Amino acid sequence: MTTRRSFISKGSTIAGVLSLSSTAIIALAPARAWALDLDSLTPLQGHTLLMLSRHIYPHDTLDSAVYALVVKDLDTLASDPKVATLLMEGIKLLNELAGGQWLDTSPERQLQIVESIAGGAFFEKVRSTAVISLYNNELAFAHFGYGGSSFERGGYLNRGFDDLTWLPSPPDEASPKRSNR
Amino acid sequence: MKKYYNNDSSVVVIIGSGAGGGTLANELCQKGIGVVVLEAGKRQSTSTFINDEWASFEQLTWRDRRTSSGSWQIATDFPNLPTWVCKTVGGSTTHWSGCSLRMREHEFNALSVYGEIDGASLLNWPLSLGELEDFYDRAEDKLGVTRTHGIPGLPGNNNFKVFYNGAKRVGYRDCHTGHLAINSKPRDGRPACQQIGFCSQGCKTGAKWSTLITEIPAAEATGRLDLRPECHVSRIEHDKSGKVTGVVYFDSDGNEQRQLARIVCVAGNAIETPRLLLMSESSQFPDGLANTSGEVGRNYQRHTTGTVYATFDDPVHMYRGATVAGIISAESDHRPERGFAAGYQLETVSVGLPSIASFLEPGGWGRKVTAPIDDYANMAALWIIGEDLPQSENRITLNRSEEDQWGMPVPNVHYDDHANDVAMRNHGFRQGSAIYDAIGARRIIQSPPFPSSHNMGTCRMSEEPWFGVVNKWGQAHDIPNLFVSDGSQFTTSAAVNPTLTIVALAIRQADWIALQMGRRDI
Repeated sequence: MTTRRSFISKGSTIAGVLSLSSTAIIALAPARAWALDLDSLTPLQGHTLLMLSRHIYPHDTLDSAVYALVVKDLDTLASDPKVATLLMEGIKLLNELAGGQWLDTSPERQLQIVESIAGGAFFEKVRSTAVISLYNNELAFAHFGYGGSSFERGGYLNRGFDDLTWLPSPPDEASPKRSNR
Repeated sequence: MKKYYNNDSSVVVIIGSGAGGGTLANELCQKGIGVVVLEAGKRQSTSTFINDEWASFEQLTWRDRRTSSGSWQIATDFPNLPTWVCKTVGGSTTHWSGCSLRMREHEFNALSVYGEIDGASLLNWPLSLGELEDFYDRAEDKLGVTRTHGIPGLPGNNNFKVFYNGAKRVGYRDCHTGHLAINSKPRDGRPACQQIGFCSQGCKTGAKWSTLITEIPAAEATGRLDLRPECHVSRIEHDKSGKVTGVVYFDSDGNEQRQLARIVCVAGNAIETPRLLLMSESSQFPDGLANTSGEVGRNYQRHTTGTVYATFDDPVHMYRGATVAGIISAESDHRPERGFAAGYQLETVSVGLPSIASFLEPGGWGRKVTAPIDDYANMAALWIIGEDLPQSENRITLNRSEEDQWGMPVPNVHYDDHANDVAMRNHGFRQGSAIYDAIGARRIIQSPPFPSSHNMGTCRMSEEPWFGVVNKWGQAHDIPNLFVSDGSQFTTSAAVNPTLTIVALAIRQADWIALQMGRRDI
């Protein structure tokens, strides 16, 4: 979690700089700096939810810019006052359990506190949002090696659907050669 | 486009346009019979299908509210989404993988072959494999199933290569790229598969057979089909003689309409079909239509399933190409020495990155979920699909404490795993894991079932009317002009993906309906 302190706060924005090791993502991004404007959440709340998302679905080398997409969706959901209250009460609880700013405690202590709230409504809101937001975006596709939409590129018939070479190829009767049209 | 008047009582009304309803509609239209299809969902096309798992899920899935109960893990993992079926023209044929297998002889005779099993409500089908073989043949020709009718198999993708090599190492002799209703070369106006990897998101090339691509347009070309999308049927009506007279539905503007009918065929998938019969209760039929046996909604089956994921040192990219790209059928025999009755298939499956965290361990979090995802590019997967046993109390009921958007009671789906199902799933997990272990898997994950895409048995066929809802033609025991035309009529679930059998039964049912109409029996 080397990038957890790499973001800065300015107004209702959270921002960061792509880690140099995030090569797949840098290739997609227009610039190394990223910023997310928040409508409902404060920057501190945004940072807290970002770190909470990281504890729920930890990928050590996944850039915070991708976790910020979870915060973006939570911020949108927080336009509903009921969701906003749920998130703010949840963050308050994290801080109470930490006896101060949960964000300022050690990663180990943070995780212990997350474990103690797992399954609750706040945790579930963040988890059920993150489980989609974190993985359903082009940055995550690039990071994890998923192709995304393929139709417009002609599928994989000529782009590696059978390019695996570390095992022997099955015989024709099991896996016929592609038909000539 | 043909339009029939709502008071035209000469038409056959079919509720649902999926494998059963869509096929039946085309077959009847080809015979000169006028058909009104009422489909709850919207009409999509290859151009509107989306190569995005979640967006496509929202576009195609039946997401009306449902509740669930019972010991199955689905009630915990996906309590309001017990099934993964479709609400769109073409129904779940837009979502299916194309895997087209015939049921086997022993599966038609489940009670005789497996014997009485505690807690199970097993029954033999009222028809034999022999009686269905010609219809299977016609269905395979219609669907263009690979490795039938001289159609070559599809070339195997990377996920298949892993599966195949593991299968050989553990001693499975027969493993190949399967019998798929996906064109390996252009056929019947459909192109060859481009291996785009989004079979379950509608198939944007149209290489995969669906009623949307094939049956509905063919029926429309006859000038006899009146297809009405976004029309949700809420009730089937009957007269004093007990024959059905038509249906009440909400049209796309939310207005209530009544369509008269000579015959009504229900093909709304195995949750909505019994729900509709139950909701059609009347003073004459207080327990719902066609339910003097009390069997409507009972014996719900959903296949014994589970997924095995494995990660390796080297890339697989399982998402490239056909979703179900290979099969091992050696475990589909009935071999009780394994500790359970009936059998199962092993099929490759791929899950895209967007949804994998939702399915590896539903509701799970932390490193046990994310560590395998870090190796997503090096991951292979297979799916277990086995015959689950019918149980009388596994059933669809009306949950009168919750209403859907039309003010109708939502269906509750109750399912308790039978000990036989659990033993079979564990066996499948062991075998599936052995396949990947044999070729050096770094990590193996055994994941619980997806929401059910195979739903069967809730209006089952029976020889004797007191054991089931419909006869061997799918015709209600109680009401001669009421038919069930989807997987609800399955007597038992069999270890095969249900679509091919649903299509074969629909072709056969169309012949029967035409014959009966010609004789003026109905």
